[in-house]
Amino acid sequence: MADIHNKEVDKLSGVETTGHEWDGLKELNNPLPKWWLYSFYICIVWAIGYWVLYPSWPMISGYTSGVLGNSQRADAIAAYEAGIEARSEFADKIVAASLEEIKADQSLLEFASANGAAAFGDNCAPCHGTGATGFEGYPNLQDDTWIWGGSLDKIQTSILYGIRSGHDEAHVGDMPAFGRDELLSREEIDQVASFVAQKAGLEPKEGIDLAAGETLYADNCAACHGDDLKGIQDVGAPSLVSANYLYGKTLDAITAQIRNPRNGVMPAWEARLDPATIKSLTVYVHSFGGGQ
Amino acid sequence: MAKSHARMITIEEGFFALFLTVIAFVCLIIAGKTFDQVMAFHTGIGALFAAAGVFYIFKNYFEGDQQAVPQEIDGKPNYNLGPIKFASVAAMFWGVAGFLVGLIIASQLAWPALNFDLPWTNFGRMRPLHTSAVIFAFGGNVLLATSMYVVQRTCRARMPGGVLPWFVVLGYNAFIVIAGTGYLLGATQGKEYAEPEWYADLWLTIVWVAYLLLFLGTLWKRKEPHIYVANWFYLAFIVTVAMLHITNNLTIPVSIFSTQSVIVWSGVQDAMVQWWYGHNAVGFFLTAGFLAIMYYFVPKRADRPVYSYRLSIVHFWALIFIYIWAGPHHLHYTALPQWASTLGATFSIILWMPSWGGMINGLMTLSGAWDKLRTDPVLRMMVVSVAFYGMSTFEGPLMSLRAVNSLSHYTDWTIGHVHSGALGWVGYISFGALYCLIPWLWNKKSLYSLKLVDWHFWLSTIGIVLYITAMWVSGIMQGLMWRAYDALGFLEYSFIESVDAMYPFYVIRALGGALFVVGALIMAYNLWMTVRHGEAEEADTVPAGSLAAAE
Repeated sequence: MADIHNKEVDKLSGVETTGHEWDGLKELNNPLPKWWLYSFYICIVWAIGYWVLYPSWPMISGYTSGVLGNSQRADAIAAYEAGIEARSEFADKIVAASLEEIKADQSLLEFASANGAAAFGDNCAPCHGTGATGFEGYPNLQDDTWIWGGSLDKIQTSILYGIRSGHDEAHVGDMPAFGRDELLSREEIDQVASFVAQKAGLEPKEGIDLAAGETLYADNCAACHGDDLKGIQDVGAPSLVSANYLYGKTLDAITAQIRNPRNGVMPAWEARLDPATIKSLTVYVHSFGGGQ
Repeated sequence: MAKSHARMITIEEGFFALFLTVIAFVCLIIAGKTFDQVMAFHTGIGALFAAAGVFYIFKNYFEGDQQAVPQEIDGKPNYNLGPIKFASVAAMFWGVAGFLVGLIIASQLAWPALNFDLPWTNFGRMRPLHTSAVIFAFGGNVLLATSMYVVQRTCRARMPGGVLPWFVVLGYNAFIVIAGTGYLLGATQGKEYAEPEWYADLWLTIVWVAYLLLFLGTLWKRKEPHIYVANWFYLAFIVTVAMLHITNNLTIPVSIFSTQSVIVWSGVQDAMVQWWYGHNAVGFFLTAGFLAIMYYFVPKRADRPVYSYRLSIVHFWALIFIYIWAGPHHLHYTALPQWASTLGATFSIILWMPSWGGMINGLMTLSGAWDKLRTDPVLRMMVVSVAFYGMSTFEGPLMSLRAVNSLSHYTDWTIGHVHSGALGWVGYISFGALYCLIPWLWNKKSLYSLKLVDWHFWLSTIGIVLYITAMWVSGIMQGLMWRAYDALGFLEYSFIESVDAMYPFYVIRALGGALFVVGALIMAYNLWMTVRHGEAEEADTVPAGSLAAAE
């Protein structure tokens, strides 16, 4: 039985045990290591110093604010405002200048490109891709196919107000759901889809009545997509003879889009990005090569 | 029927039979009425488990030993080892499963195609499966097994009850099954490390209270005048985890037929409670509990006395008093008030030495026995574990400082830090304990192969080093990329560019994880062979490696 009277000396270390024993386990009666104890004290003293200097302990109402009067929140706001201040020289000029003037001025263009690239990476890339080459349903901004227009002004309008975003100024224009809303029969949809596909350089459905398709196109589609199928940017109706189809350039994809179309949405950035950034983004996107 | 029996059914058996019968019926009713498929599935499992429990209670009553189980045989305590054996095997099983899921999600980060575009296999559901499997399933079963073993032997008393220990072990593993399948099916309350929904939380609360009673009951029955240090740590772990679990899971179910619930805390208070829980899950589950393991298994394996009794007292009280304050350092630079954030950081610094007290006591216990590291890979594993513990508990306070945290927060550095603690400290001390425990429990002379332990040690050590260093580099790189500005005052990199830059490090991390998994598989094989083919200990019932009390 282990108890306090069973103290013994450990042969290897020469230190006395406590006399306790459990299942063969004993304890040496070593003191606390000095370096450990003093390090512990130093940490405590350091913490107390920190409490004196910085906000730390809650009180009944409020908290101890510390002799330095430091406020993390005030620091953050100051740093944010300093950032804006540092950029303001150029940013103010960007706001004052027209889009064309920005493109023409080397130093403004440099600033706008840097601002645009940073803003694009964090705001636009999730949908349009880091290289701005888009994905299915998200337009490629590098090519010269534009749904709502690729001029500086039109790009800026798209960024400011978005597309079908709910903003009052936003581009709107939904393609009717010819299949879902039973505007056309299944067979008629097949005919018009094959007609469009053939014009786009695809293989139409075998044995389909293309003439009927053409008539259907003229009656139902031409108003928006144009008699020449080249689309009308004012209503956001894309060209159907372009190499780039937003939702896929296959007969099946065309048929699906006529039957139950997807009408993509882009958010309005007017309230989320400052005017200088929106202008910078416009110039940045315009400069990809497809700008008109 | 009962007439042919020498003994009456005990109050304990009757209570559990009745309780489980009620549970089975409640589960059946909910399963029948719910429109929630996950709830139907879980209550179905619940009914099945509860019914099986009732069946085994009665089966044991009718077919089992008719005498009450003796507390002592030939003057030696008749330790209850059955539930410990189960928990040890469960620990190994869940360990391998949890490490494997970790490897899968690590690979998903490097190669996203491995998500397979299926809801059940995507990262968002697999990640909590991994964390819960390794922390609660693997770690939890290791803690159950070792605590039941250590408390019995250091108290020289059999655990109280016959059904109770089994209820704790099986009930806990039932919780694991419910929690894990819930994640895969999409049932989660979205609190990190506390993802199980309300009904799983309620069940765990019941099991945990039973565990506390079992542990206290054993201490109550002890034949030793003092309580061994390992048991203080186990008790601190059990009590604090109960408090944390209940406070952080105060939810109101949408309906008793629904898996969904709403937490009573809101906004920043909810965040604060969550990280008070989260940090102390690390402090009391993964630190206090595993320090208890260290305090028994290291001196036992090294066959040396614990270095300093005084240090164990001082660092125990300092650790449990200070750890509980440190949670706010998880919420620097958020809506949390600055004072709370400062307080959390300063207590994290004060915590440094109390944490190291455990490391010193573990390492210094080896003094006079360092030569054993050359020959005993199991001891080496445990010593390296303590070294990793020391490293993580230095890195932790460092990262809790706001200036460091502004770089490290939300980056892979955190992941690396967690894994140096999880793989190095918790993993290795658990492996060491299981390598000791399995031969003792199954009465074997030694492990099947020390050579295989060596292989396990080196493979997983290389794995851990690859893992941690990859995460350090990628984490610091992320932090630097996110805060880099160009000459005109704009962010140098977009977020996606920082994601792209992580790729090589994610591959290295996955490789490190793979080595760790291979090591664990070798261990499982080694333990299996030990149980099946190991050489039996001589007739003496005292397990190998433990010194017989000198009566």
